[in-house]
Amino acid sequence: MVPLHWYLLLSSAVFVVGVAGFLTRRNIIIMFMSIELMLNAVNISLVSFSRYLSDMRGQVLVFFVIAVAAAEAAIGLAIIIALFRNKATAHVDEANEMKG
Amino acid sequence: MMAEGIFIYLAAAIVILSVLVITRSNPVHSMITMLVLFFHIAALYVTLNAEFLAAIQVIVYAGAILVLFLFVVLLLNLKEEMVARRYIGPWPLGVLAALGLLVVIVLSLKSFIPGPSGVFTTEVVRAETNTKVLGQILFTEYLYPFEVVSMILLVAIIGAIVLAKKRLRN
Repeated sequence: MVPLHWYLLLSSAVFVVGVAGFLTRRNIIIMFMSIELMLNAVNISLVSFSRYLSDMRGQVLVFFVIAVAAAEAAIGLAIIIALFRNKATAHVDEANEMKG
Repeated sequence: MMAEGIFIYLAAAIVILSVLVITRSNPVHSMITMLVLFFHIAALYVTLNAEFLAAIQVIVYAGAILVLFLFVVLLLNLKEEMVARRYIGPWPLGVLAALGLLVVIVLSLKSFIPGPSGVFTTEVVRAETNTKVLGQILFTEYLYPFEVVSMILLVAIIGAIVLAKKRLRN
């Protein structure tokens, strides 16, 4: 049987890739996909905890995370469309009105 | 031995595909890569005896969320995206911060102590089926959070319509 630590290492690796993508990319759509990557990484660790601790609550939590991710994607994409309508760009560093 | 082999293939594919997702210049290519990534994560869920979540992963993530992303990418005209700079100016700082986070997480994993085991062992779940057990917990112990999630989805629907619709006046 695969040790639990392997799953946790995989989860942290995917999470860190998501963080790196969010911090370095300019395109807001790719940044949103990085957030989805991070959510998936957390889901992997929750499911593996659920399996290795013989507790189904982890999977219930993943169910909720997926529902919230769907809501977040809908709102975020609406914000992207509003940004594109006002600025005609998908690059976050060109949306700098709030900069002091 | 078989299980380890399958895990190593899935883990390598997941990490490589997620690096590809954040480095492609064309958002559509990123999205196709992400589709393959979601299928691999669903396969990982199957190896963890979470069949219901594997189905949900394919239906909701690959089927709904990714199609939503694809619609938005195709709606926006991103021709200049292919030639524009992909990364922010100080991108090494971002990579450095992410690697620091990885070091912190991996070091903290050493002191991880698993809690007490629950009652849903593989045999119990296999006798009842995964979906049935999940449903029983979801609609008894987690009924109130379930209703809250339905409220969140309602707010998301209304919010998306309000944000994305054109202004009626001027």
